[in-house]
Amino acid sequence: MATESTVVYLGEHTETWPPRELQRPSLGTFALVAVTLFTFAFLYVPIVVLVFFSFNSARSGAVWEQFSLRWYERVLSNPRILEAAMNSLIVALLATLGSVVIGTLMALAMERYRFRSQPLWDGLLYLPVIVPEIVMGISLLLFFAAVRLERGIVTLVISHIAFCMPFVYLTMRARLADFDRSLEEAAQDLGANEWVTFRRITLPLLMPGIISSALLAFTLSLDDFVISFFVTGVGSQTLPVYIWGQIRRGVTPEVNAISTLMLALSIILVLISQLLQRRQRV
Amino acid sequence: MSEFAVEMHNVTKVFGDVVAVDHVTMGIRQNEFFAMLGPSGCGKTTSLRLIAGFERPTTGEIFIDGKPVGNTPPFQRDVNTVFQSYALFPHMTVEQNVGFGLEMKGTPHAELKRRVMQALELVRLPHLATRYPHQMSGGQQQRVALARALVNRPKVLLLDEPLGALDAKLRKEMQLELKTLQREIGITFVFVTHDQEEALSMSDRIAVFSRGKVLQIGTPLEIYERPNCRFVADFIGETNFIEGTVSEVRNGFAVLQSNGRTFVGRAGENVQPGIPAVLSVRPEKVQLVEQPATSVNSYDVRVMSVAYVGSDTRVVVRLGEQDIDVWEQNSVSTLDPNYFFAPGETAWLTFPPENALILTD
Amino acid sequence: MMQLFRRHPQLQAAALMFPGAFWLIAFFLIPLAIMGVISFMSRDALGDPAPPYTLNNYLDIFRDVRFNPSISLDGGFTVRLIEGLYVDLFWRSLWLSLISTVITLLIAFPVALFMARLPRRYRNLALFAVMIPFWTNFLVRTYALQFMLRGNGPINTLLRALGLAPIELLFTPTAVMLGLVYGNLPFMILPLYTSLEKFDWTMIEAAQDLGANAWQAFRRVMLPLVSPGVVAGSILTFVPAVGSYVTVDLMGGGRTNMIGYSIAQQFSTIANWPFGSAMALLMMIVVTVAAVLYFRSSRGEQRTIV
Repeated sequence: MATESTVVYLGEHTETWPPRELQRPSLGTFALVAVTLFTFAFLYVPIVVLVFFSFNSARSGAVWEQFSLRWYERVLSNPRILEAAMNSLIVALLATLGSVVIGTLMALAMERYRFRSQPLWDGLLYLPVIVPEIVMGISLLLFFAAVRLERGIVTLVISHIAFCMPFVYLTMRARLADFDRSLEEAAQDLGANEWVTFRRITLPLLMPGIISSALLAFTLSLDDFVISFFVTGVGSQTLPVYIWGQIRRGVTPEVNAISTLMLALSIILVLISQLLQRRQRV
Repeated sequence: MSEFAVEMHNVTKVFGDVVAVDHVTMGIRQNEFFAMLGPSGCGKTTSLRLIAGFERPTTGEIFIDGKPVGNTPPFQRDVNTVFQSYALFPHMTVEQNVGFGLEMKGTPHAELKRRVMQALELVRLPHLATRYPHQMSGGQQQRVALARALVNRPKVLLLDEPLGALDAKLRKEMQLELKTLQREIGITFVFVTHDQEEALSMSDRIAVFSRGKVLQIGTPLEIYERPNCRFVADFIGETNFIEGTVSEVRNGFAVLQSNGRTFVGRAGENVQPGIPAVLSVRPEKVQLVEQPATSVNSYDVRVMSVAYVGSDTRVVVRLGEQDIDVWEQNSVSTLDPNYFFAPGETAWLTFPPENALILTD
Repeated sequence: MMQLFRRHPQLQAAALMFPGAFWLIAFFLIPLAIMGVISFMSRDALGDPAPPYTLNNYLDIFRDVRFNPSISLDGGFTVRLIEGLYVDLFWRSLWLSLISTVITLLIAFPVALFMARLPRRYRNLALFAVMIPFWTNFLVRTYALQFMLRGNGPINTLLRALGLAPIELLFTPTAVMLGLVYGNLPFMILPLYTSLEKFDWTMIEAAQDLGANAWQAFRRVMLPLVSPGVVAGSILTFVPAVGSYVTVDLMGGGRTNMIGYSIAQQFSTIANWPFGSAMALLMMIVVTVAAVLYFRSSRGEQRTIV
C-alpha cells in the first residue's frame, strides 16, 4: 500500500468509472455489492409481496386464488375509509401550511438576527427530534385533557404542526445559511423597499427550500400514527389510525389494498421532490 | 450642487466590541474617481456600506450631495452599488436584472426598455439581454452588474472590489474600461480595493485605510512620493526602512541618527528632534556606485545578491546589520556579466536627501 | 410603525420568532411539564390523576429491584446486574435498541458507501430506491413485514406447499429486532449517504500514500470525516427504537415488551396516567442523556483528529 514516493495532490480529484476497485474486482467489492443487493431485497420484498397479494381475490392470507380488484372496490366504497383519508388529507394540508409558515419565520429570525436567547431556542428546536414520539403523543394527550380541548381535527392539526415545525425549521435554516444576502442588499440598493425585496428576491429564491420542506412536512403528517393515535377523537380518525384498528382486528385484505394505495402516493411524492430537485440543479 | 458628492463627518461604526470605522472624516469630490485602499479588515468596505445605507453609523454623519442622509434606507438613496460578488438576481434575465431599479421607480415600460438597452450597449452586452446570469462568464456578469447600477443614473456609483473575482488579464482590461466609462458618463465613482496598483493607476485620489482610520488622502503621486506615515510608505509600493532617532529638523529636512550613521531626508509630519523615526527610501531611488560623489547619505555596503529581472537589476546589499533593496534600471544594453556588481563585492550606497522621507509611526 | 421596526432589529426578530416560540412552548414544553406534574400525582376513585403529590410512581418502578447478576441469551445476549420488572423492561429496551442500531449501522454503511461510489446516474437511481421506503408510511411497512412472516403468510404457505413444517417467525425478541432494523434502515442509509457523498476519495489515496493501510485509512481518515452522518443516523435509529410501539406490537405481539409499548398500555388498557407519565419522563431523560453523550463523544473524536 505505502509507496516510497509521497505524491502531493494538487489537482482536483477526478471521478473514474468504474471505480478503481471495480476494475479489479476484489473480495471487498464483491461483499459491498452483495450487501447492497441483499439490503434492497430485504427492504423491497415485503412491500412487493404485499402489493402482489392486494390483488388476490382470496379472503384469507397468502394463498393465491386469482387476480381481482375486489378489495380496491371495497376500499373505495367504504365511507369510513374515505372519511379517514379525507381527515388525513385535511390535517396534512393544514399542518403543512402552518409548520412551513411558522418554521420559515423562525429560521429567518434565528439565521439573520442575533439575540441572547438564541442558544436556548436552538436546543429546544432539536428536542422534538430526540424526544420519542410516544412521549410527545401522551404529553399532548395529557395537555389537551388538562385544558379540556376536545380531541378531534383541531388537536390533530395543533400536534402535527408541533412535530413538523422543527423539521421545516432545520431545512429552511440550512437553505438560509447558503443564501447570498448581498442579493437583498442589491435589491434595496436599486430602490426596492423591505417588502418588495422580500416578495421579489427573498421569497422566489427560497421557494425550492420552501417546497421541499412542505413536501417533508406533508409526508411526516400523513405518515404519523403514534402521535395521532393519542390525540385523535372519535370520528376524526386519520388513515393510519384506521389501518391500525383494522390490523389489530385481524386479517383484512382491505388493509393490503389501502397500503398499496398509500405506497403509490409515497412514490408520487418522492418523484415530485426528485423532479423539483433536478430542475433546481439545472 | 455641493462641492462634495459624498462627505463623512467623524463617522464611527462599531460591531459588538470591534471598531470597524474609527472617526473617519473625508470628502469625495463631484465627478471624482475615488479609491478606498487598505488591507482586509481596515474599514474600507464598511465605509462603502455606510454610504450605501446597508449599515448605520454608530456616531457621526454622512452627507450625499451636501444633504445629511441620516437614517434614509438604502432604497431611498441616490447611490448605486456594484457588489463584489456582483449579486445578480439568479432568477431574472440580464434584461430584468438591469431593469429592476427603473421598475422600482415606476419608469414607463417603453422608456425602461430603451434605457436598459442603452445601458447594455454601454457595457457592450446588448446581445445577451435574454440570458440568465449563470449562463455568462465572470467578466460578462461584472458588466451586467455595472449596467444594472448605471442605468439608474445615480449621483455616486459605489464599487466594492468589482474586479476581485476576475483573472489577471481581464482585470487589466476592465481597469481601463472602468476608467474610460467614468470619464464618459462623468459621475462620481467610489472604488474599494486592496490592490495598490489598481488604485494608483485608476484613481484621481486615494484614501489609505488602516484599522478603521483614514491615514492619508491624496493623489496617487502624493501617496507614493510623499506618504505621511510609516504604514502608508510600507503599504504602497516597496521601500527600505532605516530606524533611528531624529537629531535635527531644518528647512523641511530632518537628520536621523542610526547606529552611528547619519542620514538626511525630507521631514514628514510630526517629525521633531529627539523622537524615534524611520527613514524611508524606495529601492529605485537608491544608487550603487564605486566612489561616492557626496558625503551625505553615502555608506559602504556589501553586495549580498544580484538578480537580473529584465528592466531592472535587483540587488540586496548589507548596511551594517541591515539589508537594503536597490533596483538599478538597466539603461545600458550589454551582455557583459561583469558589467554590474557581483555578490561579495563592496560598493557605496548613496541617495540624495530629496529622495528619502523621515517618518513617524 | 415601519420606522419603529426599521430602527429596532430586535423587534423584527421578536415578531418573526413569536409564532414558532409560542408553538414550541405551548404545545411541546407545557405538555411535557404537565406530564411531569402528573407523574407525581396519585389517582382518585375514578382512576383519574389527582393530588396528593407523591414519589410513589417513581418508587414503583424500582420497588422490586434486587441484586442478581446474570448473563442470558434471551434477546440475543444480555448482561444484567440487577433484576426487577420495570428495570428489566428499561434494560431490555435499551439493549434491543442498541443492538438493532448497531446492526442497522453495519448493514447501512456498506450500502451507503457503495451508493456514494456509483456514477451519478446510477447514484440517483439508488437514492430513489432508498427514498421510497424512507417516505413510505412506517406502519404500512411494518405491516408488510409482519404480513410476510405470519403463521399463514407467504413464507409459511410456501413452506407448506413444499411439504415442510411451518415455522413461528413472529412474536419473539428476534422478530422485534428484525422489525426495528427493517423499519429504521432508510433512516440510517440516507444520512450516511449524504456525508459519504461529500467525502473526497483522494484523501484515502493520500492516506495510503503516506503509509496507512486500508483499515488505518478508514479508521483515521474516513470515519472522522463521515462521523456526522454516523451520529445523525444512529440517533435517528436509536431514539425511535427505544420508544417504539408499532414494531413491538406487530412483531412482538405484546410478548416481547419494550418500554414504549408498556407506557402506551398505561394510557390505554391499564389507564394509570401518573405511572405512565413517570415511566415516560424517565425514558425521555435516559434517551436524551444517551443521545447527548453520544453526540459529545463523537464530536470529541473529531476534535482530536483535527
